[in-house]
Amino acid sequence: MTGFLLRRLGGAVFVLLSLTVILYAVFYVAPGDVAQIACGPRCSPAQVAQVTEQLRLDDPVYTQYGHFLQGVLAGRDFSTGTGVEHCSAPCLGVSYQSDQQVMRLILAKLPATGSLVIGAFAGWILLGVGTGVLSAWRRGRITERVLTWLTLAGTATPVFVIGLLLIIVFCSTLQWLPSPAYVPFTENPEQWAWGLLLPWVSLALIESAKYARLTRSSMLETLAEDHVRTFRAYGVGERAIIGRHALRGALAPVIALSALDFGSMFGGAVLTESLFGIPGIGRELVHAVKVVDLPVVVGMVLVAGFFVVLANAVADVLYALADRRVVLS
Amino acid sequence: MSEALLVQEAGAAPVAAPASGARQFWRRLRAQRAATAAAAVVLLLFLAAIAAPLLAALAGQDPDTYHPDLVDSAAGGVPIGSFGGIGADHWFGVEPQTGRDLFARVVYGARVSLGVAVVATVLQVTIGVTVGLGAALGSRRVDQVLSRITDVNVALPLMVIALGLLAIVPSSFPRPVLIALVIGGINWAGTSKIVRAQALALKSLDFVSAARLAGRGRWSIARRELLPSLAAPVITYAALLFPVNITVEAALSFLGVGIKPPTPSWGQMLTEADTWYQSAPTYLLLPAGLLFVTVLALTVLGEGIRTALDPRAASRLRIGTGRGQREEHAKEPTT
Amino acid sequence: MTSPLVRVEDLTIDFGKVRAVDGLSFTLEAGAALGVVGESGSGKSASASALLGLHRGTGARVTGTVHVAGTDVGAADEAGLRALRGAEAAMIFQDPLSSLDPYYTVGDQIAEVYRVHNRVSRRAARARAVEVLDRVGIPDAARRARFRPHEFSGGMRQRVLIAMALACEPRLIVADEPTTALDVTVQAQILDLLHELRRETGTGLLLVTHDVGVAAESVDDILVMRHGRAVERGPVAEVLGAPREPYTRELLASVPRVDAKRASRVPGPRAAGGEDVPLLEAVGLRREFGRGAGRVTAVDEVSLTLHAGETLGIVGESGSGKTTLGRMLVRLLDPTAGGLRYRGRDIASLPENGLRPFRRELQMVFQDPVASLNPRRSAGESVADPIRAAGETDEGRIRARVGELLERVGLDAGHHERYPHEFSGGQRQRIGIARALAAEPKLIVCDEPVSALDVTTQAQVIALLAELQHELGIGLVFIAHDLAVVRQVSDRVAVMRQGRIVEQGPVDEVYGSPRDPYTRQLLAAVPALDPALAAVRRATRRELAAA
Repeated sequence: MTGFLLRRLGGAVFVLLSLTVILYAVFYVAPGDVAQIACGPRCSPAQVAQVTEQLRLDDPVYTQYGHFLQGVLAGRDFSTGTGVEHCSAPCLGVSYQSDQQVMRLILAKLPATGSLVIGAFAGWILLGVGTGVLSAWRRGRITERVLTWLTLAGTATPVFVIGLLLIIVFCSTLQWLPSPAYVPFTENPEQWAWGLLLPWVSLALIESAKYARLTRSSMLETLAEDHVRTFRAYGVGERAIIGRHALRGALAPVIALSALDFGSMFGGAVLTESLFGIPGIGRELVHAVKVVDLPVVVGMVLVAGFFVVLANAVADVLYALADRRVVLS
Repeated sequence: MSEALLVQEAGAAPVAAPASGARQFWRRLRAQRAATAAAAVVLLLFLAAIAAPLLAALAGQDPDTYHPDLVDSAAGGVPIGSFGGIGADHWFGVEPQTGRDLFARVVYGARVSLGVAVVATVLQVTIGVTVGLGAALGSRRVDQVLSRITDVNVALPLMVIALGLLAIVPSSFPRPVLIALVIGGINWAGTSKIVRAQALALKSLDFVSAARLAGRGRWSIARRELLPSLAAPVITYAALLFPVNITVEAALSFLGVGIKPPTPSWGQMLTEADTWYQSAPTYLLLPAGLLFVTVLALTVLGEGIRTALDPRAASRLRIGTGRGQREEHAKEPTT
Repeated sequence: MTSPLVRVEDLTIDFGKVRAVDGLSFTLEAGAALGVVGESGSGKSASASALLGLHRGTGARVTGTVHVAGTDVGAADEAGLRALRGAEAAMIFQDPLSSLDPYYTVGDQIAEVYRVHNRVSRRAARARAVEVLDRVGIPDAARRARFRPHEFSGGMRQRVLIAMALACEPRLIVADEPTTALDVTVQAQILDLLHELRRETGTGLLLVTHDVGVAAESVDDILVMRHGRAVERGPVAEVLGAPREPYTRELLASVPRVDAKRASRVPGPRAAGGEDVPLLEAVGLRREFGRGAGRVTAVDEVSLTLHAGETLGIVGESGSGKTTLGRMLVRLLDPTAGGLRYRGRDIASLPENGLRPFRRELQMVFQDPVASLNPRRSAGESVADPIRAAGETDEGRIRARVGELLERVGLDAGHHERYPHEFSGGQRQRIGIARALAAEPKLIVCDEPVSALDVTTQAQVIALLAELQHELGIGLVFIAHDLAVVRQVSDRVAVMRQGRIVEQGPVDEVYGSPRDPYTRQLLAAVPALDPALAAVRRATRRELAAA
C-alpha cells in the first residue's frame, strides 16, 4: 500500500511540474507583448518600459520560469513602485491589475467557490445516486422509463440554460426568491444558504442527471452478476439484494467519478459562478481573462490543476478500497 | 481506474461483440425507434447548417444586416410586434436592439456550433487513438511516457485553460478554428485511455498470438487485427463526445470568450438573452431550445450507436437479472 | 406412498425463439441422487435452475409442472418461492469465486442466508455458519469464517458454497457443474465430500454435469439429456454398462478412458528414416514473472525432447506452468534462462528477425475457440493469414489453398466467408487447426485444444489431430489437464507440477506404473465410469491423503 501511495505521489508531483512548464510556456511565450498587455492599452511606451523592468520581462524565458518556480517553492521578492514586497511560498505572482498577491486573492475567493461546490456536491450525490438506484430497482416499469428520459434531458441541458430558466422563473416571475447573491457563511448563515440555493439546485440538477445514469447502468451490471444470483437463489428479498449486495459494487465507479468531479469543480465552476454572480475563483478567472491579467490566470489555473490532480489520486485510492477485486497495480 | 469508467461508458468489450458487418449494425440501429428519430433530427440539423446560406436566402434575409426600424429604440430596443417580431418576413423574429433576423442568425449559428464540434471531435479522436495505440503497442518505456503525458492532460482543467488561451491569442487568428483546436487539444485523454485499455486487452488475445506465429510484424498486426476491433469503442465514444463539445463551445461563447460577435453562435446569443426574456422570449428560447434538442438528439443517437455495436451488453442492461450469459451458452450449436 | 422429493412433468423452457428444454419429465425420491448428464445445449442447466424457479422475471417462458419438496414452483407466489429457496432446496453453482459476494466475509454470507429462513439472533446465525464451515472440512473454521472469498483457494471456496447450501438443512441440493472449474485432485475431494454429506444427512442430490465420470462417482441414477429432451434414464451401472439408446452409446464411446491403452499405431509415411536430430529439444528452461518480492517461477528447469512424427503429452493441473511452457516452446514467450534447440539450432535467445525464417514452422493451436479467431474476420481470411504473411499474393492460389485446408479439417470449403460466431466451438477449433496448418509447420503445440469442447466433439478433434500427424509427420505437443485425453493421444508424456516435470516417459509406463507420488495422486483422482471402480478409487484417495 505504501509503495502504491508513494508512486501516486510521485506521479502527482510530476504532473504538477509539467503543468507549470506548460502554463508558463503557453502564457508567457504567447504572441503579444506581455508588458503592453500588463500595463494596459493606454500606456505610453515609457510606462511599458517601466513595467518591463519591474516584472523583469527582459530576462530570458527560463530565468523567468526559474523565478516563478522559486517563488512557488520558497517565496520571492517583488519590487513595487515604492519598495520591496515579500511574497511567501507558495508564491504565484502579483496581479497586474490590482497589485495584490495572487495567492491571497485566490484564498479570499476560495470560500465562495467552496460553498458552492460542497452544497452542489451533496445535492447531486443524493439526488443522482438515489434516482439511479430507484431506476434500477424499478427496472422495466414506468417509473424507470420516465426517469430515464428525465435524466437524459438533464444531461442534454447546459448548466447555464437551467440556471437562466431558474432565475427567470423563481426570481423574476414568481419572485419567490431574492436575486441570487453570495453572503459569506460567517456573516449570516441563513442568507448564505438562501443566496446559494438556486446555484446549488442548478448545478445539482445537471450533475445528478449524469450520476443517475451512471448509477443506474452500474447497478444493472452488478445486478446481473453471479453473486447476486446466488443470494436470489437463497431466497433473499429484492430490497436486501439491492441494498446489501448490489449497491457496494455498483457504487465503486460512482465514488471515483464524484471525487474527480469534485476536484475539477474547484477550478471549473466558471459558468455557474458567472451566471449567479458568485465571487468565487471561477468568476475571478473570467474577469482576469478578459483583462488579460496573466499572473492571476496562471496562478488560478495552477491551483485548479492542483485540485484535479489531488482528486485524481483520491479517486484512485477510493476506487481501489471500494472494489477489493481491483489489484493495486 | 478511470479506464474502467470510460470503458464502461463506451460499452463494448473487444471480443464479446459479435462480428457485425456494416449491414448488421444499420439493421440494429434502425430497430431502435428513439435512435432513428434522433438520427433524423441530427441529419436535419446538419443539413440546415451546411445549407445555411441557401436557407437564409430562401427567407430573404442574412444574419448581419441591421434593421433598426424593426425595434422600438424608445422602449430600449424591444422588437416591434408580438413574440419578438415573428412574421412573414422574419420567421423567427428579430434580435433586440439590432433588429437582425433571428432565423438567419440561428441557421448560421448552427454552422459554427456544429462545425467547431466536428473539428474538435475529430482532433480528439485522432490524438487519442494515436497516443493510446502507441502506449499499448510500444515498449514499457513508451507506455510510461505516454501515460504520464495523458495524466498531465487529464489534469488540465478544460474551461480554465480554454479561457486562458482564448484570452491571449490575438484576434487575428480565426476564432472558430482556435476554439476547435483548443477544445480538441485539451480533451483527448478519455479517448486515449479507452484505446489503450482496449488495445492492451486485445493484445493478449490468442488470435493476436496466432498472427505473430504466422510471421506478421508488430505494425502489421496493429493494422490488421487491432484497428478494426477498436473501431467500435472509438466510434461510440466519439458519438458521446460530440454533444459534449457542442456544450463546451456554447459555454465558452456564453462567457464571452468564445465566438466573438458578429459571428453568430448559439451560446453567444444566450449571453444577453436573460434581460429580454419577457419582451422577446424567442431570443432566449430559440438558441436554448436548439442547444437542448441538438445535444439530446446526439446523446440518444450515441446511445443507439453503442447498443447497435454491442447488443449483448445492452440486453443485459435491459433485463438485468443475470440470465443473459446462460442463454448464450444454451444457444451454442453442437457440431 | 410418500410423494417424490422432486416431480417434473412436461417441463418446457423457451428463451426467446430457442427451446432449451422440451417436455422433460422425471422424478427424484427423497434421499436419492440423480445425475443429469448432457453436452452443451442439452438444457441440463436450465432444468436445474427451473427447480428453484430461477427463471422467473428473466423473460424465459416456462411451462409444465415442477414440484419440489411439496411446493408447486410454477404456481408459488414470491414469498412461497423465497421460502423454498435455500430452506427446502439449495443450489450450488459452478464458479465459486464469482458466486460469492467479494465484499463480505464468508461467515457473514452464510449467516445472512441462515437468518432469511430462521428467526435467530445474529450470534446464533454466525455460530451456525462456523458449524457448517467446519462440517465441510474447512480447517480452523472459526477464524476462517472471517475471511473474504478471495482469500480462499478454489477448492476451499467450493466447500464454502456447499456449507452455505447445508446451512438451512434443505431436503434437496441442486449442484450445477460444481467441480468443472476445479483441478482434478480438488474435484475428487469435493465429490467425496458430497458423498459423505449425503450419507450423513440423507439429503437428495441433483447433480448436473457434462462429465460422465463425475456423475458416475456420486449418484444412484443417471438421466441423459440431449437438445432439451431426456434420452435415457436408469441406475448408473445400467446406463453406463449397458446403454440402450444410440446417443448414450455414442456419448460413452467418446469419453476418453484413463486406463485404456492407446491403440498401437502404424508409423506414418514420413516418420521413419527422418533425422536423428530431435525436432525440438528444451534444456533447463526457466521462466520467471514479476520482480523482487513478487517474483514467481512459472517454469523451473524443464528439459524435454520431441522427435518428428511423435506426440508428447504434457499434463498438469492449474498453476503447473504447462501453458507457459507451451508458449515458450514456440517462442511466444521468451525463456528467462535455459536452452531451446529446434532441429539442432539454438533458438532460445534469437532476436525477432533471427527467428523469422523458422517462425512459421512452429505453430500453436489455442484453447479458447472464442478468443483464438478474430471475430471481425471471416474464417477463410483467418486461415489465409499465414499464407499471405509468407508473401503469397495470388488470390486464386490463396483461395484454393484455403479451400483445401478447410476440407482437410472436415469443414465445408464453401463456408470460408462465414464469421467465427456462425460456427460451433468444435468447428472453430478446426478452423484454428487449419490456420496452423496453413503455415506448413513442422511442430504444433496444442494448448488445451479440446478442453472447451463437448465430449463427442472432443473425440472428433482428437481424431483429426492424430490423422494429420500421421499424414504429415509433424511433431505434436499436447498440453492438457485431462489425463484421459492425454493418454489417448500421446506417445510420451510428462507430468508437471508447480513448474517442474515430476515424471516423464512412454505413456503406458507412466500411466501403468507411475513412480512419482504426485502422478499416483493424479491418477487416483480421475473419476471412473464404473461405480465399483469408483469406490476403489475413493479408498485409494483416502489412503494417499492419510499418507
